[in-house]
Amino acid sequence: MTKNEALVKYCLRLGDSSLILGQRMAEWCSNGPVLEEDIAMSNIGLDLFGQSRTMLTYAGEIEGKDRTENDFAFKRLEREFFNNLMSERPNGHFGDTVVRNLFLSAHTYHLYKKLSSSSDNTIAAFAAKSLKEVTYHLRHSAEWVVRLGDGTKESHSKTQQSVNDLWEYTADLFAMNEVDELLIKENIAIDLNEIKPLWDNTINEVLERATLTRPEDSFMQKGSLNGMHSEALGHLLTEMQFLPRAYPDAKW
Amino acid sequence: MEDIKKLEEFQAKIDAEIKIEPKDWMPEDYRKHLQRQISQHAHSEIIGMQPEGNWLLRAPSLRAKVVLLAKIQDEAGHGLYLYSAAETLGKSRTEYLNELKTGKAKYSSIFNYPTLTWADMGAVGWLVDGAAIVNQVSLQRTSYGPYARGMVKICKEESFHQRQGYEIIADMAKGTPEQKEMAQDALNRFWWPSIMMFGPHDSDSPNTGNAVKWKIKRATNDQLRQSFIDKTVHQAEIIGLTIPDPDLKWNEERGSYDFGEMDWDEFWSVVKGGGPCSKQRLKHYNDAHNNGEWVREAAKAYTDKQTSKQNVA
Repeated sequence: MTKNEALVKYCLRLGDSSLILGQRMAEWCSNGPVLEEDIAMSNIGLDLFGQSRTMLTYAGEIEGKDRTENDFAFKRLEREFFNNLMSERPNGHFGDTVVRNLFLSAHTYHLYKKLSSSSDNTIAAFAAKSLKEVTYHLRHSAEWVVRLGDGTKESHSKTQQSVNDLWEYTADLFAMNEVDELLIKENIAIDLNEIKPLWDNTINEVLERATLTRPEDSFMQKGSLNGMHSEALGHLLTEMQFLPRAYPDAKW
Repeated sequence: MEDIKKLEEFQAKIDAEIKIEPKDWMPEDYRKHLQRQISQHAHSEIIGMQPEGNWLLRAPSLRAKVVLLAKIQDEAGHGLYLYSAAETLGKSRTEYLNELKTGKAKYSSIFNYPTLTWADMGAVGWLVDGAAIVNQVSLQRTSYGPYARGMVKICKEESFHQRQGYEIIADMAKGTPEQKEMAQDALNRFWWPSIMMFGPHDSDSPNTGNAVKWKIKRATNDQLRQSFIDKTVHQAEIIGLTIPDPDLKWNEERGSYDFGEMDWDEFWSVVKGGGPCSKQRLKHYNDAHNNGEWVREAAKAYTDKQTSKQNVA
């Protein structure tokens, strides 16, 4: 694997995770618990789509095969997506969504903080800009997890269940392979083993404030690095890719 | 006597183009008219998120997706300003929303039509937002201060929405034969409902009388409709689409287009809840609201706990 091949894969991981989570956030449109939350979730979705566009476009540039952000988003199959498994988890109820988003935004927050000094200028600039956005995403999800965890009996038990259900997808956020090995040597990527304790601290602190219990690690799902996803991703892509696939000659 | 004097002063202010503000005296009918109109306007923004949300997840490019999401988000924001403006008339957002939930309050009937293809995202922006702008530009001069000021901000965003819609439909009209067919079909389906958005003919419009005298309405339904048609016909010609009205003809003498008669039976049936999506839209709103009940309760419980902790401290 060359450095460029690794970098394309790395950009796709970041870009795909933002894209898929963005699509999940867009699913909330007109479904929020209050109007203000509808607006907040659209905001988060817009940030994520913006991040995704930057990374997918950059992947296309490095790859040098004239693939655009839209080619990557709309013309790849399930096994060619590298988003982390957490990002494709269905929205479920509002508690499931904010817990999922907490796990993800705590991850991107610490990752982008470090990546903003990446030796790759585009990645560094992307991370610095995105950090401002994910700082808000983390605050938004953390505050909601605290409110729901320490709210009513019902909200507490629902949200604890969300934490328990989503926990098995957290290990996939820290999985690494030869892409990371190669890019860490070049000071482009970050060793995710450095991110894990920071993530743990953030999560522990939020769960404690929320009076929620951190689950024990048991079975952990992995596979996103090899394009192994849950069944949920195929349905999301079917909907998202419908028009470009039904009308391959059309420009929109 | 007192009231007659107040009414004269009120009318004098209106005539002198001085805005009426929340704490000013106003006739009860003026207050009621505005409560109804502003809340209906707010409800329309909120329900209007649904027909466009219907294509958000299927937008054909990432750019189209973010533009559409930003647009729908603006609409939610417009809903917020408008509920705030309506609240200055002495009724809470919760009360207005209860009227929406129970079907007591109306919203623009246009949102009770389905969005069947991506071209409908074009038609909604171009025609529905286009029609709304004509009305809202005129409302920037409405006599109630908070409503007029809200409209100024809303109009700026609406003109971006209209351009977004026109861009989609123009791209499709010059695209593949299938795209062009979708664009024409969307125009065919949305044309008549769009021009009926301005409401019944002036001769059949029971709310026009006082509303014009009090300068809530600055132009009549028929005047606004004519102005919309006159500017839209040319826009259709430019992109090679045909307005689905065989009676549409330039009238040299009037300097305006003559046009065919609208189907008022359909209009009233949709207003009364018989639109293709009327039940669906209201159910969607109510389901979202009901699903959020436990979240709102939790947020309140959390805030109450924090407040009592602070009080103890």
